[in-house]
Amino acid sequence: MKFVDEYRDRDIAQRLGKQIAELAGDDQYKFMEVCGGHTATIYRHGVEDYLPDNIDLIHGPGCPVCVIPMGRVDDAITLAEQDDVIMTSFGDMMRVPGGKGSFFDSKANGADIRMVYSPLDSLKIARNNPDKRVIFMAIGFETTAPSTAATLMRASQEGLDNFSVFCNHVTIIPALKAILDSPDLRLDGFLGPGHVSTVIGCRPYEFVARDYGKPIVTSGFEPLDILQGIYQTLVQLREGRAEVENQYSRVVPWDGNPKALEVMSHTMELRPYFEWRGLGFISHSAMQVREGFAAHDAERIFDVPGVRVADPDACQCGEVLKGVLKPWECKVFGTACTPETPIGTCMVSSEGACAAYYNFGRFDRDRVQEAVS
Amino acid sequence: MCLGIPGQIIEYVDREHGIAKAQVSGVRRNVNVQLLQQDGDEPQAEDWVLIHVGFAMSKIDEEEAQETYRFLEGLGQMYDDELKDLVDSDIE
Ligand code: SF4
Repeated sequence: MKFVDEYRDRDIAQRLGKQIAELAGDDQYKFMEVCGGHTATIYRHGVEDYLPDNIDLIHGPGCPVCVIPMGRVDDAITLAEQDDVIMTSFGDMMRVPGGKGSFFDSKANGADIRMVYSPLDSLKIARNNPDKRVIFMAIGFETTAPSTAATLMRASQEGLDNFSVFCNHVTIIPALKAILDSPDLRLDGFLGPGHVSTVIGCRPYEFVARDYGKPIVTSGFEPLDILQGIYQTLVQLREGRAEVENQYSRVVPWDGNPKALEVMSHTMELRPYFEWRGLGFISHSAMQVREGFAAHDAERIFDVPGVRVADPDACQCGEVLKGVLKPWECKVFGTACTPETPIGTCMVSSEGACAAYYNFGRFDRDRVQEAVS
Repeated sequence: MCLGIPGQIIEYVDREHGIAKAQVSGVRRNVNVQLLQQDGDEPQAEDWVLIHVGFAMSKIDEEEAQETYRFLEGLGQMYDDELKDLVDSDIE
């Protein structure tokens, strides 16, 4: 499926594509869309069909499920398999492979693992099961971290001591910095994440422009938003500017959501370092529960093994997450690794670059066919 | 979990904890609006908000809400999965 209904949209997209081609001239450009939501739109709607060949879109690390390292999944499974534990998590997490299987596998073996829509649903499970210990496997960037934070505060207010959080929240800025510092990649500009920015606002991206001289445009999720974001990035480059711009101001306030930031910093603090799948250890890149909420911190309550598991040899998620490889260039793409039997995380969530390539769009299927055959 | 779904506030059910009933894509569910309660300001009945994992994270206008629904519906499975989780949600 291309643009959902409107001919109008397609017209505008074509016009934007033409303007982008004119601006780009014969030069080669590489832009990274930071957010997995962008990646999904790009393949779902064939956004690349509207772009000239000399504009290359590189998929960034902004898919929270994709960056969870195998060791953390194994730790979570160990927690889930303790006596009297109910493990709860978002549906996206269920198929993420660790070294010893996924939540789904562990559930099939008898662990009580439940999918929830919201951490508050998890809290309710805790209220209803006072004789069980309910753990919420918290994942996500700043989009979901404030919800976990508010839930921690509520649990603490209610004195709900059978509820805890296994905190795996990550922060986008250190990941961006790691990518900018990576010698493998030479990017010309960025489409900044939409929803993360509703929380953190646009100011935290200023270092991208100031210290690295690259433009970054916070962009929405619709195909036209993405084309518009690319256009604005390109205009900056052609005019010799590098600034933070907000294409998605209809949702993203420049200063973000101060209340969300406040509850986050009230309940959580940065960890010294955290392992990201494919990107390795990045300092100050993830959050842990503050001491004041220790009664609800699974890492303090339980014995978390803290295992490190190397990614399988065949897995090239790291290269894909850094944008060095296109998903279909991974040796196991579409053969050993599919959404039904994922080897790597990028194939799990629909926002993962590999799943997006695999699931959506004839255009890419053709290219994949060519590459595979 | 990364999709923001628009919802229209109907009424508060527990103001102290910031819980309001909202119409979210065909179903009525409780959502938490406390992250939009600041400086004496808070979402009112009929206001539109963008909801992530049960929490309203930003205010939007009706046009944006409708446009977002149109976009989400175009996502197919990805949106269906999210809605299924939402339907099962029972926030207090
Ligand atoms: S195809 Fe599978 S293993 Fe290869 S990069 Fe994608 S998710 Fe990782």
